[in-house]
Amino acid sequence: MKFSLGKYLLPTYVTLTFLFLAIPIGYTFVFSFNDSIKSNIIWRGFTLDNWLNVCGQQEVCDAFVNSIIVAVSATLVSTVLGTMIAIALVRYRFKFRNATNLILFLPLATPEVVMGAGLAAQFLDFGWQKGLGTVIIAHTMFTLSFVVVTVKARVATLDPALEEAGRDLYANPVQVFWRITFPLLLPGILAAAMLAFALSFDDFIITQFNSGALDTFPKFVYTAAARGIPAEANVIGSFVFIVAIAIVMAVQIRSSIKQRRLAK
Amino acid sequence: MATDFAAQGADLELVGIRKEFPGFVAVENLDLKIPAGEFFALLGPSGCGKTTTLRMIAGLESPTQGQILIGGKDVTDQKPHQRTVNTVFQNYALFPHMSVLENVAFGLRQRKVSDPVAKAQAALDMVELNHLAQRRPQQLSGGQQQRVALARALVNRPALLLLDEPLGALDLKLRRQMQIELKAIQIEVGLTFLHVTHDQEEAMDMADTVAVMNQGRIEQMGAPERLYDRPKTAFVAKFLGQSNIFVGEVAEADDTKVSISFKGHKLTAPAERVEKSKGKVAFGVRPEKTMFHESEPQASSDLNILGPGEITDIRFTGVSNQYQIDIPEIGEVTVFAQNVGKSPVVELGAQVWVSWRVEHGFGLADLPTGEEDID
Repeated sequence: MKFSLGKYLLPTYVTLTFLFLAIPIGYTFVFSFNDSIKSNIIWRGFTLDNWLNVCGQQEVCDAFVNSIIVAVSATLVSTVLGTMIAIALVRYRFKFRNATNLILFLPLATPEVVMGAGLAAQFLDFGWQKGLGTVIIAHTMFTLSFVVVTVKARVATLDPALEEAGRDLYANPVQVFWRITFPLLLPGILAAAMLAFALSFDDFIITQFNSGALDTFPKFVYTAAARGIPAEANVIGSFVFIVAIAIVMAVQIRSSIKQRRLAK
Repeated sequence: MATDFAAQGADLELVGIRKEFPGFVAVENLDLKIPAGEFFALLGPSGCGKTTTLRMIAGLESPTQGQILIGGKDVTDQKPHQRTVNTVFQNYALFPHMSVLENVAFGLRQRKVSDPVAKAQAALDMVELNHLAQRRPQQLSGGQQQRVALARALVNRPALLLLDEPLGALDLKLRRQMQIELKAIQIEVGLTFLHVTHDQEEAMDMADTVAVMNQGRIEQMGAPERLYDRPKTAFVAKFLGQSNIFVGEVAEADDTKVSISFKGHKLTAPAERVEKSKGKVAFGVRPEKTMFHESEPQASSDLNILGPGEITDIRFTGVSNQYQIDIPEIGEVTVFAQNVGKSPVVELGAQVWVSWRVEHGFGLADLPTGEEDID
């Protein structure tokens, strides 16, 4: 039989996979334009109101702002700490280096429920009020591991001779860091920061355990889902998705322009 | 600090330098003086401590013991960025995130020298790469990168320029070309160059003085011609070029000549070319000064003769042939003969005698590995 199964099977399979992945996103996006009343389940007609008046449902915006505050704070702290830890782990031999590596790996392997519950128990032990502070601490903790792993890979490819060349060319250690080490690690640091931000922004389980009365965007969506999510949530979801795609595309376009310039 | 920078090279002095790493000693009790303006080569096999020595001079490693003086000033405790020394690194270590021009200007900007861009451009002119100033280093070929690394170091007019196997990554033809350029630049700028290499031809070709290093020590130091003509140790005799070495007890020694008895033959060398004239001594001769004969040569007081033996291998190398001659009870002797007439001069398996003139032989201070005295 000369009929080639692969010729049709693979494209069909790929198409189905993409549809499967894209339908929920498409649904969310489409329904952000729904002229809904209270629940956003039945299509009632097209409107831009949800987009123009996102904060019409006050709680949606509050939750979104809280999530942004948490994500930005956790990303900043974990990126700075994580970069320093990654450099130390790759470049220096010290006592407990292997232990540090292992401990940093643990949050990646631990189920979120366990980590969330463990942290909640800790905060209770310390007698700390759950809220913005505890969520930021919790998010910093679990994003830190991702930052260290990402930046470490970048540090490992950095030739120590480059820093030595800097020292040889009259740069003191601080100047060597800012003029040579940091610019060369920057792509890795940015990637780590974006990853940390994304992980923190959409974290639900650990946040649920440690946030108390504080509402974050994932928490809001979860609670709202019971009675029909407001269209404003769809707007924010779509907006975050578009921003993320825009960033990825900008990076891709920039690097392809750079490549073309290098090829000249 | 900027006033420290020399328009001329400075001399370098190492006093009793020792460097220990956990588990081994990389450099042992090294004393070295390199006069200003000299092209000095530190030659040795990998792991002999030459790169460690260079890194200590640059300040990238600190010696366990000893002092480093540049232009008479003790710099042992100075950090690398405080030293008037620049390095051309083995794999160039050009900054990939900067243009070629910014790479060259880096040291000038650090020291806040006026008009760094113009000076960097002048340095690129010197290595004929001004047209590539705006490129990134990774867009350049190996030879071009090498020249950028050289310009980046030289533009600072360091008292001392360190070169760490700078030509190691280049192919043979480019390496020879860069050797000539590098030597020309050194003469032009008049700075002190310290060149670390494992390539003996490169060291002999470029350097005014060569120091042969082995196992953390300097075995011998001197002008390349002198070093080649009169190696003092078995290591130097074999690392710098090739040598035929024969070990025997001293039979006769006077003011002019020393003879050893070597497996029934008497081998003689001039007394001033022999390091040691008592007990077991190793005599050597260079393969190109060794000749072979198809009939036994006339015995003479100014000729050492061994043989007969059989030609076991002939290697054609273009300008010359390398003949391997196996003499019963004596072993292998190597002879280089120029291909001026027919090549090869004799066929494989031919019976030949080997000879060399007494004045071409030399006596070593030590014995080759495996021939040391037990007592």
